[in-house]
Amino acid sequence: MLKLKSPHEVKELQLCLEASETTRPCISVCAGSGCCASGAENVLQALRRELEKRGLQGTIDVKSTGCHGFCEKGPVMIVWPEKVFYNGVSQSDAKDIVNSVTNGHKPVEKLLYKDPNTGQRVLHEHDVPFYARQQRILFGNNGKIDPKDIRDYIKVGGYSALGKVLTDFSREQVVEAVKCSGLRGRGGAGFPTGMKWEALRRSTVRPRYIVCNADEGDPGAFMDRSLLEGNPHSVIEGLIIGAYALEAEQAYVYVRAEYPLAVEHLHAAIEQARTAGLLGENILGSGMDFRIHLVQGAGAFVCGEETALLASIEGRVGEPHPRPPYPVQKGLWGKPTVINNVKTWASVPVIINKGADWYASIGTERSKGTMVFSLVGKINNTGLVEVPMGVTLREMIYEIGGGIPKEKKLKAIQIGGPSGGCIPASMIDLPIDYEALTQAGSMMGSGGMVVMDEDTCMVDVARYFMEFLEEESCGKCFPCREGTQRLKEILNRISRGKGEESDLDLLDDAGWMIKETSLCGLGQTAPNPVLSTLRYFRDEYLTHIREKRCPAKVCRELIVYQIDETICDGCHACVRVCASDAVLGEKDKAHSIDSGKCIKCGACLEVCQPKAVLVH
Amino acid sequence: MPHVEMEKVEPLLEQYEPQRINLIPILQDVQETYRYLPQEVLRRISQKLRVPLTEVYQVATFYRCFSLVPRGKHVIQVCLGTACHVRGAPRVLDRILLDLKMAGPGTTNDLQFTVETVRCIGCCGLAPVARVDNKNTHPHLTQAKVGGLLKKYQDKAEASRTAKPDEASHAEA
Ligand SMILES: Cc1cc2nc3c(=O)[nH]c(=O)nc-3n(C[C@H](O)[C@H](O)[C@H](O)COP(=O)(O)O)c2cc1C
Ligand code: SF4
Ligand code: SF4
Ligand code: SF4
Ligand code: FES
Ligand code: FES
Repeated sequence: MLKLKSPHEVKELQLCLEASETTRPCISVCAGSGCCASGAENVLQALRRELEKRGLQGTIDVKSTGCHGFCEKGPVMIVWPEKVFYNGVSQSDAKDIVNSVTNGHKPVEKLLYKDPNTGQRVLHEHDVPFYARQQRILFGNNGKIDPKDIRDYIKVGGYSALGKVLTDFSREQVVEAVKCSGLRGRGGAGFPTGMKWEALRRSTVRPRYIVCNADEGDPGAFMDRSLLEGNPHSVIEGLIIGAYALEAEQAYVYVRAEYPLAVEHLHAAIEQARTAGLLGENILGSGMDFRIHLVQGAGAFVCGEETALLASIEGRVGEPHPRPPYPVQKGLWGKPTVINNVKTWASVPVIINKGADWYASIGTERSKGTMVFSLVGKINNTGLVEVPMGVTLREMIYEIGGGIPKEKKLKAIQIGGPSGGCIPASMIDLPIDYEALTQAGSMMGSGGMVVMDEDTCMVDVARYFMEFLEEESCGKCFPCREGTQRLKEILNRISRGKGEESDLDLLDDAGWMIKETSLCGLGQTAPNPVLSTLRYFRDEYLTHIREKRCPAKVCRELIVYQIDETICDGCHACVRVCASDAVLGEKDKAHSIDSGKCIKCGACLEVCQPKAVLVH
Repeated sequence: MPHVEMEKVEPLLEQYEPQRINLIPILQDVQETYRYLPQEVLRRISQKLRVPLTEVYQVATFYRCFSLVPRGKHVIQVCLGTACHVRGAPRVLDRILLDLKMAGPGTTNDLQFTVETVRCIGCCGLAPVARVDNKNTHPHLTQAKVGGLLKKYQDKAEASRTAKPDEASHAEA
């Protein structure tokens, strides 16, 4: 690839790439980590083999793209130019897919998405209900471009915002645009990005650093993974524009180690950008020098917290320190540092290209733009959802998410990861923005959204998060270290049926104490899952305490497994899976469970076809 | 404790400037090479970077990725993130432990398997998931699938042992 020497050359390259675009059919297969887990690599190989076998390599292209956010239905692919969307593809479908392309694009019916409500097949991705209401300004290119080829990004207009900035914008104008757009940090707290940048610009200390937080600690959220894997250049472009505006010469991207593919793609993208003259010295002939370093996390949730993250980059133990001083005052090696989330950086080129006013016209009064949610749990359509701020929970769950599986009842929605809280089903018409969520006792956080149905036990959920936080507390300050442990113990007690009513007040008091006296955001928000479930689901706690019963039948100490002898047909399937030899019975005769031996693992329930295994 | 091949350390260290900022990347590299952080190697790193050994240990024990004891040939990471949790991950974990006759996460006596828990590997749409050897992700796990999963790696391990007895221990590192 040639070296680009000016913004003008970027533009020319784009036009040239656009013009050379053929009408040749292209099968673009998602090769994100979700689809790869479902066998996307085998599908790609099978397609290539099939084309080779039939001598069609020059006639039909195959390429791999990034995550579409609908990993659950993977592997997914799009066949261009008709834009036919296939899901649940396997390698044995390669022949049919190639045939369909050669036979005048008659789609392969069985691979089209089937709307579970209408039973109808859907031809295009944007007509699938999961996508229909989305506005994918950050994720739109994910399914289109090959993340490992910078030319693909440039072809769809990539690096044009950078060109625009270098030719038409003063540094102040960039900051002003970000400020006017109303963009708020997507990493959790929602701090206005423009204000943060302005604060940095007030400092006279040099050098300055910028940092991209890609630690994505919220377990159950994967948008940063998806974006880095699928469109790494959008983040890089955001960083270069930021570096220009903030006069920083170096950036660090801190990616969690659990995302090997994201690391690989980002690494490759940085290299390509450097070769193309978009990173390094004298970027696009502007005289600007800028380098991006990639740092891998080492598995500590608290390192997502900005001060801990900076310590970790410096090679230290990732313990937070009190703020102020804020990173914009004293960050990396004591120098002014702006740290923003992956999506925050990726929003910058969009704002430059489409204009701050356009961006500010999306969303609500105080929450602008789109927000990306990771919709998971007990929901029909699991995946990444990018919607304008202010969409209601009802729209999220029932229109985009397609409702709750198996006709179960919605119980609650946990938003914001371990720092967030549970919102009860009764508040389903709540519009989602920063303020509304905080008021409801939850928070936007990173956008994790876990849907819970009647089979989810809220005490167990609170216990789960407390366990997580207790494990991840860095232990530097007393209230968080001891407090999370105490809360966990109390919740464990309740879930074993050994709780007392006074425990609820204890949870409440200790929770508020931890919130108010902890040093960093981890401790300050740690009690949220407990406090919010207490607020909305006190009854469930009381049932565990008074009746020693888990209404959702989750808490192990409070349930027993039994076999209904009138239903059991003696198929023996449960005997084969029971690892503790707790199922008794001869083949073809009714079986029973020895409750003394049963460890309540649920394996028998999973395999019993006639549904003879009951939980009480 | 297995014999530590110290000759691998120097070439590895040479790739880095001897600065504190490289401590974590070096530890990550060492962990990948040896599958754990051998004591002797930590000592050498401390010398080379001129970071006190206690601080090297502090860092090595703080981060979850690092292990101070040898890990098994295959590392099974069972995701206990929220999405996996609500879809039954704890039962899958229990089943894996039960089948490997382990009381809790850790390494089997024959050093074949290390079972670890992680909090999300970003495949939440396929929950519950487990990842083996940092590359093979197994989606939509159930208790019933655990047996097959373990067997897949057990077989490979057996096969490579019988095929090339000397190289087996590094073959899959
Ligand atoms: C315990 C804890 C974990 C956090 N984890 C993350 C994370 O994984 N990713 C992230 O972008 N921000 C995370 N944050 C927020 C960061 O501290 C910081 O506010 C953010 O990176 C700033 O970027 P933004 O303004 O673009 O949101 C976390 C905060 C806390 C207290
Ligand atoms: S609040 Fe918790 S995580 Fe934060 S510094 Fe204190 S102990 Fe560490
Ligand atoms: S729940 Fe598990 S231990 Fe109990 S009978 Fe069923 S399979 Fe056996
Ligand atoms: S699997 Fe169900 S039907 Fe078959 S023996 Fe067990 S309880 Fe009876
Ligand atoms: S990885 Fe393919 S849709 Fe997410
Ligand atoms: S919660 Fe298990 S992969 Fe995300």
